[in-house]
Amino acid sequence: MTTAPPGYGRVLDLVTRVRGVRGAMLVAGDDGLVVAEQLMEGIKGPAVAALAASLASRLRRALEAAGVGAGQFWHLQAEQGALLVVTAASGVLVVAVAEPDVNVGLVRLELLRAAEAVG
Amino acid sequence: MADDVKKLSAELAQDPDSLVFLRLAELLRHKGQLDAAHRVALTGLERHPHLADAHLADKHDFERAFDEWDMALRIAPDHVGALKGLAFLYFKVGDVQQAAAHLEAARRVAPDDPGITQALALAHGGEGDQAPATGAAEPMAPAPAAQPLEEARVFAGLEGAEEGLLLLDPSGQVLGGALKDPAGRDVTDAVAAYLAGVSQEAGRTAKLLGLGSWTGLAAEGQHGHAHLTPPTGSALLLVVRGRAVPMGRLAIIAQRAAVAARRWLEAQA
Repeated sequence: MTTAPPGYGRVLDLVTRVRGVRGAMLVAGDDGLVVAEQLMEGIKGPAVAALAASLASRLRRALEAAGVGAGQFWHLQAEQGALLVVTAASGVLVVAVAEPDVNVGLVRLELLRAAEAVG
Repeated sequence: MADDVKKLSAELAQDPDSLVFLRLAELLRHKGQLDAAHRVALTGLERHPHLADAHLADKHDFERAFDEWDMALRIAPDHVGALKGLAFLYFKVGDVQQAAAHLEAARRVAPDDPGITQALALAHGGEGDQAPATGAAEPMAPAPAAQPLEEARVFAGLEGAEEGLLLLDPSGQVLGGALKDPAGRDVTDAVAAYLAGVSQEAGRTAKLLGLGSWTGLAAEGQHGHAHLTPPTGSALLLVVRGRAVPMGRLAIIAQRAAVAARRWLEAQA
């Protein structure tokens, strides 16, 4: 697993310690660049970050137009895993890549805690 | 989980008429205690032979009624009341094939029930001006004859079909449903435009992560919840509800809407 700078490392630890989480990242929401990452080998962090930011941006606009308000948490479900994202107040995305049978509620809580720590 | 069983058992013992038997039976089923689950379900269903009908009679809440009969059937697959209840609901939303399939299943369990035979004849014959008299639906007012799903009825019978369900093609063109914001304004076109390309992007993200095909995207906003799902390879279905609807329940609503959308899309092909 790749390592993150110490300050962010502790934040990402909150997420990666959850069983079934394969990695976590902090992503700049506006440009999709990786701020920090703790990912299993083989996950292409920069590419995932760019796509996650793009998806987050589209979703935010759609949800705001629908009157649902700014997205706080979203969860992309796939056959063999999931991508879970929370937006911090600063616009940084806290992203988790997880196994399909992960405890989504627990990951959500840790992502929210991590987002609060990021500010 | 053992504590939950104890807690629910205590609740049921305290109030045997409550609907807590559904949760208890489901929990026991998950734990693999199938006999116990079956006993609890059957005892409960004997006390509530028409448990789903109240939702229909009060406010035509098909989804709630469907959920309850569906849950009852998962626990007790041969329960005639649940089979007839689901048959009635399918008939109400125009899915005569599913209605007939459930009635056939009910007839296998209760071959001497004249109500089932009559309802089956009605479903197969497509005649008459009432829904099948299944018995589970007796409190209901007469229902219109079942019709095949029409273009305007892609989400027929689903809660919020005209304000919280939207079916789009990959370019963001609306295929069915409509969306209103909390103030009641029609936001269908705006939301559809923003969602154009989301399906492909979600697919690319899942592929890049080696996660296979994407199956859904749940989002939690400040004022509500949304769920996106691809009913077919290229179309996109959006379901939006207020925060009072939990995300897990929204996923169930979305699955059900996806089935209706898939059926409709196949009929158009």
